[in-house]
Amino acid sequence: MSATTGSARQSGAGPGTGRRADAAGATRRSGTGPRHPLNIRIFGRNPLGWLFSAPYLVFVIAIFAYPLGFAIYMSFFDYFFAAPGAHVNRPFVGFENFVQVFQDPQVLQSFVNVGVFLVINVPLTVVLSLVLATALNKVVRARTFLRVSYYVPYVTASVAVVGVWLFLFSHDGLVNQILGPLAPHPSWLSNAALAMPTIAIFVTWKQLGFYILLYLAALQNVPNELYESAATDGAGRVRAFFSVTVPGVRPATVLVLLLSTVVGANLFTEPYLLTGGGGPNGASASPVLVMYQQGIEQGHPGYAAAIGIVLVIGVLIIAWLQNRFAGGRES
Amino acid sequence: MQRRTRLATAALLTVATLGLAGCTSGGGNNNGGDATKAHGPITIWYSNNEQEVSWGKAMVQAWNSAHPKEKIKGQEVPAGKSTEEVIGAAITAGTTPCLVFNNLPAATGQFQKQGGLVDLSNFPGANNYIESRSGKKVADQYKSSDGDFYQMPWKSNPVMIFYNKDIFAKAGLDPDNPKLSTYADFLDTAKQIVSSGAAKYAIYPSPTSEFFQPNFDFLPLYAAESNGTSIIENDKATIDSQAGLDVATFWKSIYSNNLAGKEPVQSDAFASGTSAMAIVGPWAIPVYKKINWGSVPVPTKNGTSADKTYTFPDAKNIGMYTSCKNQGTAWDVLKFATSKAQDGKLLETTGQMPIRTDLPTTFADYFTKNPAYKEFANQSARTVDDPTGPNTIATLQDLRNFYTKSVISGQGNLKSDLAQAAKKMTSEWNRK
Repeated sequence: MSATTGSARQSGAGPGTGRRADAAGATRRSGTGPRHPLNIRIFGRNPLGWLFSAPYLVFVIAIFAYPLGFAIYMSFFDYFFAAPGAHVNRPFVGFENFVQVFQDPQVLQSFVNVGVFLVINVPLTVVLSLVLATALNKVVRARTFLRVSYYVPYVTASVAVVGVWLFLFSHDGLVNQILGPLAPHPSWLSNAALAMPTIAIFVTWKQLGFYILLYLAALQNVPNELYESAATDGAGRVRAFFSVTVPGVRPATVLVLLLSTVVGANLFTEPYLLTGGGGPNGASASPVLVMYQQGIEQGHPGYAAAIGIVLVIGVLIIAWLQNRFAGGRES
Repeated sequence: MQRRTRLATAALLTVATLGLAGCTSGGGNNNGGDATKAHGPITIWYSNNEQEVSWGKAMVQAWNSAHPKEKIKGQEVPAGKSTEEVIGAAITAGTTPCLVFNNLPAATGQFQKQGGLVDLSNFPGANNYIESRSGKKVADQYKSSDGDFYQMPWKSNPVMIFYNKDIFAKAGLDPDNPKLSTYADFLDTAKQIVSSGAAKYAIYPSPTSEFFQPNFDFLPLYAAESNGTSIIENDKATIDSQAGLDVATFWKSIYSNNLAGKEPVQSDAFASGTSAMAIVGPWAIPVYKKINWGSVPVPTKNGTSADKTYTFPDAKNIGMYTSCKNQGTAWDVLKFATSKAQDGKLLETTGQMPIRTDLPTTFADYFTKNPAYKEFANQSARTVDDPTGPNTIATLQDLRNFYTKSVISGQGNLKSDLAQAAKKMTSEWNRK
């Protein structure tokens, strides 16, 4: 349905229009057409638009573009932060920092760790938030209470929530008391194999409320008629979920995939607080935690920036793959 | 539209390039000769613990009443993940106060590299003042590699073993003469505590991975076992030695026998009775006033008498920062705050040890009235702090990484891992 509409919109008023556009393009390319005044060429026909978008543009430049550019710059130097006016030597080191990133076992382990985290966290987030949002969408009684309940962990400060999880997952914690002889040794957060999965589950639980809200919003756009048609065709609830709901919220799924990947790749607070700085033995250290140690604690921000750039590139690749394979295509 | 996008991108890049160029430009250093002679109002930061705030306020008031034209504005170190992070950020922003009474010696080399610290040795008579107050041997370990002082040795909290006498008695041990001086005795005592059920753990040093944690498990025992050797000497790590191996083996035995906890705890394990012992400084005396405690020096392999045992000082020093415009006043305040009178008040208010020669005799009255502090005062004469250099924190982190893997987790071969850690520490220490 949407493909047909899109196709019609693209073709405009018919083949003739297309030919006119081609002709105009050819004129522009040949450079013989009438040239617009410089201010129009720079600011467009509606320069007021720049004024309206200026606050956001300034925000993007100041908060995202400039720091990113500066991080790229730092990563090519033996950079460190210095007092204003201090004469310090920050030699250009080319790709040395990047070479070190791929040779440093601590950094490589942190990338593996965050990979483990994403493999657990992202699918779990997508599945749980979609299922829970669908269920919440159907709930009539106590709907607000349930929505708020899922949202509370998301808005609660990590420091406070981490305290609760330490109580739950410590050696003598509630979880181990319930498990009794089945409790793992060493316990969850001091077990090299379980520390990162435990953190992944913690983050999934904490962020779930936000993603449920995204799905709830998306579910409002799935027409009831589709469910009625599916029911008429004999589809049960499960069949309707997979055939109507899942494709109906695909754009939201792509958004949840991207956001949970980006948020997960920037993991810092949980290993910093929950496992005491990436322990045990670096098993829960994330790239951002290593960046903090290198850049802030140890005074090597140039190297930390190189780790950050590699992380950004990695996240972009994953995001592109997610968009390519989960996003579908509008033809 | 595409043309506009290209133009916008070009404009963005220009702005970024100009910004970057601005960031790399140099200028004059505030550590010039004029600033060191300038007098006027200054700001100082002190630690946010209750006792130090109390001392800081009294000291500021005493100075201000005598120097109305050179008033001090005193405030607690602003909140942050750590004091070092706050100071590091303030140096970069040029917002440091004139003096910080909470400088971690391990971070001083980094602050110096950042151009944030004033070379105190440039003040007339400074070296003589510092060395005569602290003693040359103690003061020397706080010197920069260029031979100058960028920090004033101020106060220490030499760590010892605190033990809970009630738990010891419950475990059938003699609480007045605990056998804790040799590694073998310590292990036997620890096993007795745990096997008797008197406490869940014998001792509970924090098992987390932060760079400063070695200061409270490996380093005190290494200082004692090596008879006062720093972990870095002549730009080389010293831990790949018999002393280093003995200390690591001792702690590994503690963990492998489950005599110490391996996971982070939120509450104070010693205060709650979860552990029978703790490695702490004199600050702990008022904190653990509800516990019937005793203290002994840290153990060594064959036992060392208290008057010969070295330990980690857990010192905090005073730094003067280059953003200070009235460095003349700052130097005068620094001397005032470390005078005999103010040191006495610091001792009385906080129980922490001013880094002074002959501390027990200088403040003999205080130690007569407060005998619990006397052993810490005696201990303060034999301490080994973290080495001072631009890569101290990274070097300590390497030590911690080795420790958490090979000692706490008990993975790998201790001897070869120790040798590898020493190599890595040497390399990190000398990193340019």
